[in-house]
Amino acid sequence: MYFYNVNELYRAMSPSVPLQEMIRAIRSARTQCEERGVIQRECAAIRAQFRQADNGGRSHNLAKLLYVHMLGYPAHFGQMECVRMIASPRYSEKRVGYLGAMMLLDEKQDASLLITNSIKNDLSHSNQYVQSLALCTLACMGSAEMCRDLAPEIDRLLRASNSYIKKKAALCAVHIVRKVHDLGELFVPAARSLLAEKNHGYIPSCMHSAVMCMCLCCVFQTVPDLVQIMKGLVLSGYSPEHDVAGISDPFLQVRILRLLRILGRNNEGASDAMNDLLAQVATNTDSTKTVGNAVLYETVLTVLDIKSESGLRVLAVNILGRFLLNNDRNIRYIAMTSLQKIVGTDHNAVQRHRGTIVDCLKDQDASVKRRALELSLALVSASNIRSMMKELLLFLSSCPAELKAHAASGIFNAAERYAPSQRWHIDTILHVLTTAGGDVRDETVPNLIQLITNASELHCYTVHKLYRALLSDISQQSLVQVACWCIGEYGDLLLRGECQETEAVQVTEDDVLDALETVLQSHMSSPATRGFALTATMKLSTRITDNVDRIRSIVSIYGSCIDVELQQRAVEYNALFKKYDHMRAAVLERMPVIEKNSSGHTNGESTGEAMKDIQPAKIKQGEPLLPPQPANQVCDLLDLLGGSDETLQPSPAVGAPAPGLLINTASIAGGDLLDLLGVLEPAPLAPAPTLPVYEKDGVTLTLSCEKQSDTGLTVTLTASNSTESDISSFTLQAAVPKSVQLHMKAPSGDYLPARGTAKVTQMVVLNNPNKVSPKMRVRISYTSRGSAFQDTVQIDSFPGLDAAGQ
Amino acid sequence: MMRFLLLFSRQGKLRLQKWFTPMSEREKKKIIRDMTTMVLARQPRSCNFLHWKDLKIIYKRYASLYFCLAIENQENELIALEVIHRYVELLDKYFGNVCELDIIFNFEKAYFILDEFLMGGEIQETSKQMVNRSMEASDMLQEDDISEWYEVELFG
Repeated sequence: MYFYNVNELYRAMSPSVPLQEMIRAIRSARTQCEERGVIQRECAAIRAQFRQADNGGRSHNLAKLLYVHMLGYPAHFGQMECVRMIASPRYSEKRVGYLGAMMLLDEKQDASLLITNSIKNDLSHSNQYVQSLALCTLACMGSAEMCRDLAPEIDRLLRASNSYIKKKAALCAVHIVRKVHDLGELFVPAARSLLAEKNHGYIPSCMHSAVMCMCLCCVFQTVPDLVQIMKGLVLSGYSPEHDVAGISDPFLQVRILRLLRILGRNNEGASDAMNDLLAQVATNTDSTKTVGNAVLYETVLTVLDIKSESGLRVLAVNILGRFLLNNDRNIRYIAMTSLQKIVGTDHNAVQRHRGTIVDCLKDQDASVKRRALELSLALVSASNIRSMMKELLLFLSSCPAELKAHAASGIFNAAERYAPSQRWHIDTILHVLTTAGGDVRDETVPNLIQLITNASELHCYTVHKLYRALLSDISQQSLVQVACWCIGEYGDLLLRGECQETEAVQVTEDDVLDALETVLQSHMSSPATRGFALTATMKLSTRITDNVDRIRSIVSIYGSCIDVELQQRAVEYNALFKKYDHMRAAVLERMPVIEKNSSGHTNGESTGEAMKDIQPAKIKQGEPLLPPQPANQVCDLLDLLGGSDETLQPSPAVGAPAPGLLINTASIAGGDLLDLLGVLEPAPLAPAPTLPVYEKDGVTLTLSCEKQSDTGLTVTLTASNSTESDISSFTLQAAVPKSVQLHMKAPSGDYLPARGTAKVTQMVVLNNPNKVSPKMRVRISYTSRGSAFQDTVQIDSFPGLDAAGQ
Repeated sequence: MMRFLLLFSRQGKLRLQKWFTPMSEREKKKIIRDMTTMVLARQPRSCNFLHWKDLKIIYKRYASLYFCLAIENQENELIALEVIHRYVELLDKYFGNVCELDIIFNFEKAYFILDEFLMGGEIQETSKQMVNRSMEASDMLQEDDISEWYEVELFG
């Protein structure tokens, strides 16, 4: 019956049925499927209509399509229709066409460019409402290209048109400047003159245009003008048109304050010029209504952002303090966000409102609570730690679940930084564990244990407290773990019964073992916790006297536990009882104080350390010219610049030098540790052919090589100096590809006298097990006439070897 | 500046969407989904401000419609609330005791009013009377236009 009605309704529709009937039809569809059906039929009709020539119902059809689009259905086939409608001479069609353009076209669509011309024409239309449509659309979806095209038009409109158009043109200019920053300068003069005009109607928009331009030009001469306008609004002039709840044009006031904020931001002069005004606004604005508070809020934001004097800042913080007491939770919320931003810089001023902030911890609203927590944690200091912690712990017990973890970790941090005494610290942590033990991070347990071991005078007190906590509740895993650990360690103190800090309780050995067994057997205990409990039980075997057998039986029971970890422990402890009983006392004795491990220790550092520990060998010939590089870079094989001069070939224990390690010529003098081939050649005789590999500035280097074996090769480098001055500190360094191993023997010397009277030879032994084509890069360094020289040469082929290096 | 303004019903059906920055269809759909879920999940007596990505979301419920406005982080939330309120007042004046149905059946008018009040993500006109006058004048212009067409239709 119902379906029949919808169909009938549809059949009654003519192609140009007005928008509202279609909406009714869609709304009366009961299911998604029906709705889709109606919409499909409508869209088909609309498409057909679009294809037809000009008919009167075009605007209705497009409007229908826009409605369908809002429901989430595809409407891209309407884009061209929008373009056509915008070009129509009829206002009604233009209106819907432009609306369609704003909804369906954006700068990413190609069709958007097609409307640029229409917009241009409409900007000069005789009717201001048509102009307004064009301006609005340009400001909504104008691409950078369109903006560049039409900017001069907008500028023209900014100068010479009525106030209605000027205002729209100004906002359009703002959009243009946002899209194309360079065009800002174009609008500065027009914006300036707008500021000087006195009519309310369009000042907000021109103000913003001025904002963008001024941002670019950093002009603060407008500050006095703005101050003037603002004063006018605040002190005098009741304009009923612009009044909101007794405040004159609050939107405009907020706008001006925003601009002042931008202008005064890093500018002393500008900030000074606006000081008085800000003080005036802050004191005179009525704060009973939200609008007034909105203006005050903007004032506060401005004061805090510019270079204001301290008196003004205190005034601003006080306003925020007043906001904290406001009934409206929105206002409390923004007060706290603002205070959060300045708690670092104006700490003392914010501290004055600590009481109110802490009260907000009890607020109903979750967002306010969260903000209050953040602020409270930021306000904790050495002087207020005790009172603040009381409040925070109170909060922790009643706070919403999503804040518990954050609160717990915040409390731990605060406690660690400002704890007045160790006992207080331990108490606080225990308190947190009892109230929110499930939400603390995993490191809490070892951190707490470490803390306890360090407070040696408090062991007795701690273990008593923990024992009592354990008796009352074994559900909080972190707490139970710490308790078990302490009982295991300090069980003897527990059994002794007396304790200075807390009332004595008579505890028997059986009681203690009962407690631990309860933990072991409880289904609430996690595997880790049970591990703690078992170990604690075992430790007690050396600390108690009568019930060792009981412990033995507990341990043996768990030797067949399903949990592998527990089983392993139990078996080991059993062994400790049986075979290694003589060691038991030593193994289970009191643990030493745990050193706090700094978290900054990284692996990188330790390897660096290891490298530095290798002793540099006696350097035979002078200092190398290169500065020492960190060991990590040695791995850059063919990069001669990464060599570490202190790193040697590794010790004899290592078979071969690390492949490709850059070896300094200053190797161990006289000792060929890694003479791979067992060939000691004292004299670099090179019967093989020599090849000059380097010649520059009078320094020549020749190379000859000789195959020693299938994979071994000896290379001899000979250097000579043909210049007129002597060369000293002559060193050679070499690097080879990864798979080749290199060993440099000691050079014959490092002094090259002038005119080639003597030479320096350097022998290099290569081992090429993979039989790759050997290459070598040699770096030459020397000093001549007081200055240092360096050069690099790459040797790709060795004389006497064929192309394959064989 | 303002980034977008959404109006949706308590069932999450969109009634109006205005975007002040270019965004792809997919992004728009995602944002609409996110906003409706976030806002509809809020407790009745909570704060009207939310944080979402790098924007502040200001929302307010008027009868069966949620108004959801996104502003940039340095903007003033309280004045944004006033902006929403002003828009509702404008709609109310235009439609006379506006309700959700008015906005559904006359959505294009709601857009036209919005386009007289806000532009390019900024407030365009702070005077209620000015906005109303502009709307009246534009509507009259449209009427003239349509009546012209009807005459043509009738006569031939």
